[in-house]
Amino acid sequence: MNSSQTSLGEFESTLKKHAQELVESLERGRFGEAVQLIHELNQTRDRGLYQEVGKLTRELHSAIVSFQIDPTIPQAEEVSQITDATERLSYVVKLTEGAANRTMDLVEESTPVLNGLATEANALSADWQRFMRREVAATEFRDLVKRVDSFLTHSAEGNRKVAGHLNDILLAQDYQDLTGQVIKRVTALVTEVESNLLKLVMMASQVDRFAGIQHDQDQLRAEKDREKHPTRGEGPQIHADKREDVVSGQDDVDDLLSSLGF
Amino acid sequence: MKILIVDDFSTMRRIIKNLLRDLGFSNTEEADDGTTALPMLENGHYDFLVTDWNMPGMSGIDLLRKVRASDKLRALPVLMVTAEAKRDQIIEAAQAGVNGYVVKPFTAQVLKEKIEKIFERVNG
Repeated sequence: MNSSQTSLGEFESTLKKHAQELVESLERGRFGEAVQLIHELNQTRDRGLYQEVGKLTRELHSAIVSFQIDPTIPQAEEVSQITDATERLSYVVKLTEGAANRTMDLVEESTPVLNGLATEANALSADWQRFMRREVAATEFRDLVKRVDSFLTHSAEGNRKVAGHLNDILLAQDYQDLTGQVIKRVTALVTEVESNLLKLVMMASQVDRFAGIQHDQDQLRAEKDREKHPTRGEGPQIHADKREDVVSGQDDVDDLLSSLGF
Repeated sequence: MKILIVDDFSTMRRIIKNLLRDLGFSNTEEADDGTTALPMLENGHYDFLVTDWNMPGMSGIDLLRKVRASDKLRALPVLMVTAEAKRDQIIEAAQAGVNGYVVKPFTAQVLKEKIEKIFERVNG
């Protein structure tokens, strides 16, 4: 960066010095000298431009090497870091989906067990109340005893089954540890890519200054706005509590809709 | 009562399907985006549509607009269940003719309330 500033400074001081000389030469009618000065100015500008483009190219190359984006370069490992990060994130999606489905499977298997026990207990309870009120005859009592016995067996079985499922649900949460590690690594990569991209942009801006290139900021902004089109959606809001234009929960949605006459 | 659940994540479809079953609605079908959902709606007799907003292919808001523009489907009650939480988006959905809007993450109670409210208004 310092050397860029030096070469740019050199160019600017040459430009200033030659500009005065150029005016003097023209005023004195020495056109040959003036053309020579313009030629020298061009050369200084070109030299600076080539230097900056060279630096930018080198930096770009080292960025490509460090992220192993191009699989044809010898430094590339089996997959580039970006491809690797994409695969890691797909793994996160797969793992969380698997855990969610496993949890729902276990809940869906547990619900009928509990419902069955509840139905059985309710029926038994009604007859048990009758027994307590001495309304049950001896033959019926024998049947009731059998039902109580079988309920106790069912209850123990069901209990074991649901307890096992609860334990498996607990274990299914282990994805958090694994996905957390993966996401932290990808976050580190994204931060690194961002700071390197920023460096490239800074170098490119030096080239722009030498070459006198002006970017159409309005057009860039318009392109960015187009990307933000609301139809596509934005996904979950991360800082909902800090943003005025975002609702902070269902109550906010309800208030907004009722203000619209819903 | 036949209900179509549209969401690109199968786990979310499953959660909604389970909650709807608990509420007594067991006749549900699923689609993973608007492009798949629209022909299903046009060719089947659905009484209710639950849709996400952000999906590949056709988004939920575009599906809602297509539903409201269709002669056959214009009166179909639509509940949007989505992570999209910008005020502008909620207003946009309301203007497009949504019947209810639930932001994710949501509870079984909220889903129940919104569905009941929609049917109250549709039947009343």
